[in-house]
Amino acid sequence: MVNMGPIEEKKIRDILETVTDPEVPVLTITDLGIVRGVKINGAEVEVIITPTYTGCPAMDMIAMNIKLALAEQGYLKTKITSVLSPAWTTDWMSEAGKIKLQQYGIAPPQTRSDHPGLTENIECPQCHSTNTRLISEFGSTACKALYQCNDCKEPFDYFKCH
Amino acid sequence: MQDSDFTGSKEKLKITKSSKVPPEETTEFCEGWERSSREAYTLHLADTTLILSQRNSEWCGHGPILEQDIAITNISLDLLGQARNFYQYAAALTPNPSPQNGEGRNTLTPTPSLKGEGAGGEVTENSLAYLRTEREYKNLLLVEQPNSDWGQTILRQYLFSQFQYLLYEKLQNSNDEQLAAIAAKALKETTYHLRWSREWVIRLGDGTPESHQRMLKAIDELWRYTGEMFEAADYETIVDVSLLKNDWSQKVNDVFAEATLPVPENVFMQTGGKKGMHTEHLGYILTELQYLQRTYPGCEW
Repeated sequence: MVNMGPIEEKKIRDILETVTDPEVPVLTITDLGIVRGVKINGAEVEVIITPTYTGCPAMDMIAMNIKLALAEQGYLKTKITSVLSPAWTTDWMSEAGKIKLQQYGIAPPQTRSDHPGLTENIECPQCHSTNTRLISEFGSTACKALYQCNDCKEPFDYFKCH
Repeated sequence: MQDSDFTGSKEKLKITKSSKVPPEETTEFCEGWERSSREAYTLHLADTTLILSQRNSEWCGHGPILEQDIAITNISLDLLGQARNFYQYAAALTPNPSPQNGEGRNTLTPTPSLKGEGAGGEVTENSLAYLRTEREYKNLLLVEQPNSDWGQTILRQYLFSQFQYLLYEKLQNSNDEQLAAIAAKALKETTYHLRWSREWVIRLGDGTPESHQRMLKAIDELWRYTGEMFEAADYETIVDVSLLKNDWSQKVNDVFAEATLPVPENVFMQTGGKKGMHTEHLGYILTELQYLQRTYPGCEW
């Protein structure tokens, strides 16, 4: 790469916009709010990310996918830095991401992280009824809880407010 | 395990490395061999979360119903993530020894890996987890206790999560930036663990005569290991755990009252885990946990 500069950062962020969460493939890593910064150090591109949950097994894969996506566009010298603080919160999830989640069949987080308790009346992503109930506080991944709609009877994942 | 192991005296125990090592090269543990108390404290936090993670993961595929099988293994995964963060930090705190020091450690020979070094002598999160011996592990005795039945697993998780919640609340404001960051992040997860396990304790304690009976048995098995949480080890200076005891007792009393369970009084408290003096159960856990790396050093898949 020759012309490294501020304009490059926009390009790199556009590439990051194509990297998705392997567990929830409709969400990009920028939708999730885990990209905390992009730095260009000479010929090296540094992407700073923060893990969602500490034990989330998707993080290693996400780091690898970022490197691959950048490499495909010619950024061969890359570095992924993981930072813990400030701790990730679903408040950083984009509005576009929340809409995509719902269309995918996962109820998006419905409150702010300062009220992280599981809420009642989570809207069913299938029939939009709020007459729903909690089945289990832990769903198919650490970030989700399992609910069921009392009206259409469909079970569904709720992306927990965190 | 002999009674003298639990006297709490300052006597330093010594063990010798394999016969290839000159006898003067003995290594003290408990105190002495640690490079710093911060490193020892970080390892204590790492070991405790790793061992409870390993115990909970034993339920994978065996939970009473599918949703709770998923819940306990999710908790296991959170704890594993916390353990990794602590081990990574502990490895970063450890000055890496010269490569020759690590030679022969990660082999089939019964050489103890006194500093948790990998085959190349490098200290990493993996070498700390997979190559330290039972006496080097500093986890709480509570978390190494067998799963027994679902009631005992639930009670162990609750007693621990209630403690961990109070600990992380303090640790997130400590002057160690990395420990504070790990704690602040993990506290959110611990909040879920606490709520989930507390609800289960109430449901089982105030459930059927059978579930109530099993909870009484679980209390009888586990209560003696709760005192250790509030007795600070020499290296445990970042958070004063003795100050957490009143709050913990109050919270547990409230939950036990709702669960119609008695709070034991005047129970002898077994300690030692923080100093590497474990119940017989830890050796079996490590045998399983470390088998692959001990047998096929450096193996990856």
